Amino acid sequence: MTQALPTQLCDQLPKTGKTHTFDRLVCKECGAEYPPAATHVCEYCFGPLEVGYNYDEIRRRVTRQTIEAGPNSIWRYREFLPVETDTPIDVGTGMTPLVKSNRLARRLGLKNLYIKNDAVNMPTLSFKDRVVSVALTRAKELGFTTVSCASTGNLANSTAAIAAYAGLDCCVFIPSDLEAGKVLGTLIYDPTLMAVEGNYDQVNRLCCEVANTHGWGFVNINLRPYYSEGSKTLGYEVIEQLGWQLPDHIVAPLASGSLYTKIYKGFEEFVKVGLVEPKDVRFSGAQAEGCSPIAKAFQEGKDFVIPVKPNTIAKSIAIGNPADGIYALEIAKKTGGNIESVTDAEIIEGMKLLAETEGIFTETAGGTTIAVLKKLVEAGKIDPDETTVVYITGNGLKTQEAVQGYVGEPLTIAANLESFEQALERSKTLERLEWKQVLV
Amino acid sequence: MTVKVLIPTPLQKFTNNLATVECEGGTIQALLDSLETNCPGIKARLCDDNGNPRRFLNIYVNSEDIRFLDGVETILNDKDEVSIVPAVAGGLITVNR
Repeated sequence: MTQALPTQLCDQLPKTGKTHTFDRLVCKECGAEYPPAATHVCEYCFGPLEVGYNYDEIRRRVTRQTIEAGPNSIWRYREFLPVETDTPIDVGTGMTPLVKSNRLARRLGLKNLYIKNDAVNMPTLSFKDRVVSVALTRAKELGFTTVSCASTGNLANSTAAIAAYAGLDCCVFIPSDLEAGKVLGTLIYDPTLMAVEGNYDQVNRLCCEVANTHGWGFVNINLRPYYSEGSKTLGYEVIEQLGWQLPDHIVAPLASGSLYTKIYKGFEEFVKVGLVEPKDVRFSGAQAEGCSPIAKAFQEGKDFVIPVKPNTIAKSIAIGNPADGIYALEIAKKTGGNIESVTDAEIIEGMKLLAETEGIFTETAGGTTIAVLKKLVEAGKIDPDETTVVYITGNGLKTQEAVQGYVGEPLTIAANLESFEQALERSKTLERLEWKQVLV
Repeated sequence: MTVKVLIPTPLQKFTNNLATVECEGGTIQALLDSLETNCPGIKARLCDDNGNPRRFLNIYVNSEDIRFLDGVETILNDKDEVSIVPAVAGGLITVNR
């Protein structure tokens, strides 16, 4: 925080005379300011860059009514997002259901539990569609015709799909030994798909070099300051869907820590511009035990995060070196929240619990979040009366391997009533997991 | 002991726009000092006020993060490749599959 501001860069900020809702990138570490271009790290201290807004201008433009009259997508919050255009790429992303939980809440002993269900976010069934919609809109504004990303799943699907919709050339980088389903779920949108012979770490380093040499817009590299802002809409929507109120407590998955910190920023911004009454909200985070550097730092009372090598089934949140980890830690501490981790077995139980009680099939990240929610309740760390929102960020159909073998098999029967009756009788006496061993 | 060092774009102004430089050094610490001798000013950008590599900077020796080795005391061997990579907030660097 001791770094002097590089004033020569501030001088390059646009001076168009027009009042913008955002006009700069700001280093989260040292405060250095940069023009809002395609860049993501501070040249001085390598800290992450974040979009700087003109909140007076936003306050002037936005009311609850203008938002409610907006499109049924994240773009109803356009003034809070880092784009200039009046015609952003709108594929219906966002405004996913906020479900008042009945059966899960009862099972856990909670009275006011809500589930923010991004397992049905459009178009590719994860929260990534929010960040990619923002990143690709900004990419077009900055003049990119080719967009790209390094990914192992949800992000690849989302970037390829939304680029297809927007007519942008797309090149996605994946490790060469990725599961077939994830490859197919990207290829269908017809991007150029580079399967890199190497691990994910190597894929990313290659992408950093490509971003530098080819001038492409990498959503999660040089467009990251814009991309990450899309997650704020998970905060805005919850406020609006709760009837313009903040919840008391949120539980969200922690990978890099970005989503968690952006939900916090979303809440803060709505308070700042007067759209919602201020209130203390506790922020709790969920990690898989096989990759829990932030949870470990929280439990040990540290203010820094020591990287780990991930080993968990919750691959979409298995980030061993979470660069937003310190910011997530800070938020959990100052809001009186908790950061917990759960085992792979608990994650599978979490996925099954949500499916069996609420009819929502989430991926492993969601299983982690539900399992941590349960753990926090059991430890008395969630008040049964408080309004708690749990964030489900992805769809279980994408990680079927994780629960294969834990949900039983269908009962195969002959096409006659007798066989059915016999099987029905057996099904009442068998545990589901035993079914697969039984030939009826 | 000569090692190849990959320099990230924001620091190439210190290396005459070269993306790779050859440097001497038996450890990462020695390498940082040697880089400073060859490219004056670069160390202040790589390290914080206490002389430790900045927390948003990842240093790899042959693809292994020095945090998993011996940090700045990590021993370097002839022909090792050292990469200096700014961390992408969002934890891109060590996501496992």
